[in-house]
Amino acid sequence: MTTTSVSEAQAWSVLNRVADPEIPVLSITDLGIVRWIKRDADELVVGLAPTYTGCPATEVIAANVLTALRRSGYDAVRVETVLSPPWTTDWISDEGREKLHRYGIVPPASGQSKKSLLGGSRDIACPRCDCTSTTRVSEYGSTPCKAAYKCDSCLEPFEYFKCI
Amino acid sequence: MNDPQRFEYVVRLGDNALVLGQRLGEWIGNGPELEEEMAMGNFALDYIGQARLFLSYAAELEGAGRDEDQLAFLRDQIDFRNVLLLEQPNGDFGQTIARQFFFESYYVLFLEALTASSDKRLAEVAARGLKESAYHLRHATQWMVRLGDGTEESHQRIQQSVDELWRFTGEMFSGDEIDRWAVDNGVGPDPATLRPAWDTRVNEVLQTATLTRPDNDWMHTGGKQGRHTEHLGYLLTEMQFLQRAYPGAAW
Repeated sequence: MTTTSVSEAQAWSVLNRVADPEIPVLSITDLGIVRWIKRDADELVVGLAPTYTGCPATEVIAANVLTALRRSGYDAVRVETVLSPPWTTDWISDEGREKLHRYGIVPPASGQSKKSLLGGSRDIACPRCDCTSTTRVSEYGSTPCKAAYKCDSCLEPFEYFKCI
Repeated sequence: MNDPQRFEYVVRLGDNALVLGQRLGEWIGNGPELEEEMAMGNFALDYIGQARLFLSYAAELEGAGRDEDQLAFLRDQIDFRNVLLLEQPNGDFGQTIARQFFFESYYVLFLEALTASSDKRLAEVAARGLKESAYHLRHATQWMVRLGDGTEESHQRIQQSVDELWRFTGEMFSGDEIDRWAVDNGVGPDPATLRPAWDTRVNEVLQTATLTRPDNDWMHTGGKQGRHTEHLGYLLTEMQFLQRAYPGAAW
């Protein structure tokens, strides 16, 4: 297969199946970090937005994107980093939020990022028993994007995807 | 190089991020408790990521064939342009928090101004970094209050750190010809204009934390011009060891 025989739409469907290395239940398109796919002469260019400036997964993701597209027949592929506008948790798709919840990570609320950054909070319900009485154990979790919580009712420890 | 002031300006930003990132990374394996160690690791990552963006841009501007790794690992102390505050040792946890608090209170103001930069590359990094620094500042502010308004010992120790680091805070607001170049070209703010908002925030938090603002106004400067305290050399020795001993090593 040559580069010209596959469309951008097909490239999107390839990337729909590339998992985030740190939260493998999500694809990188669920996360909203694939900003665009476009053609530049004979090359296919993918714009990726890093979730955090220093997110160590960024390079792994870029490598996985290249590998997946090459396997699907795209020979000339390039990845570009898109810093602006900065990635926000509002870009996580509804399907992505649903997958996160089923995985046991409480998804970030939509449209909350600004408020949350400035210190606002909301009820974080336990993903196991739905009890809203929960305690934040640490604002900094196993990855830069998550905080650690504990349910006061069923005692389940769980993670919350922070709003940024 | 046809844009030496821009190179100099960007190197200063990159070195601030790199040196602070390295300092924060020193907490990994040494944190007072697991979640704080993770917080420090998270912050360090944010800064190393920022340093990479700034220094790779600086390397492009320089056009001398160097890359961000060479700028980070093969320059000497005299070529570093970070402010003195950031190279100060971690000390106890409180001293790291005081350094974080003083710097992040400035940095959110600076990055906010930089998002309006005529230099699109810098504006983009600033927009991304601003969100992260807002988080860092929240963390540092919470700990300033917790330590200051905590036990007798935590109060006394954080006050000591505030007093110790105070003399390095003025440099963040002191401008020179490079800052004037940045103002004239719409690249970055006049640092002095950020001072009133910084003062307001710092005063508020110190008051809530029952801490006393030092009245000593004599300030150390020179980091932005490459005149550093003794501490930077030790930091670079550790950070640069591998590339100095095994030039070009990669894995």
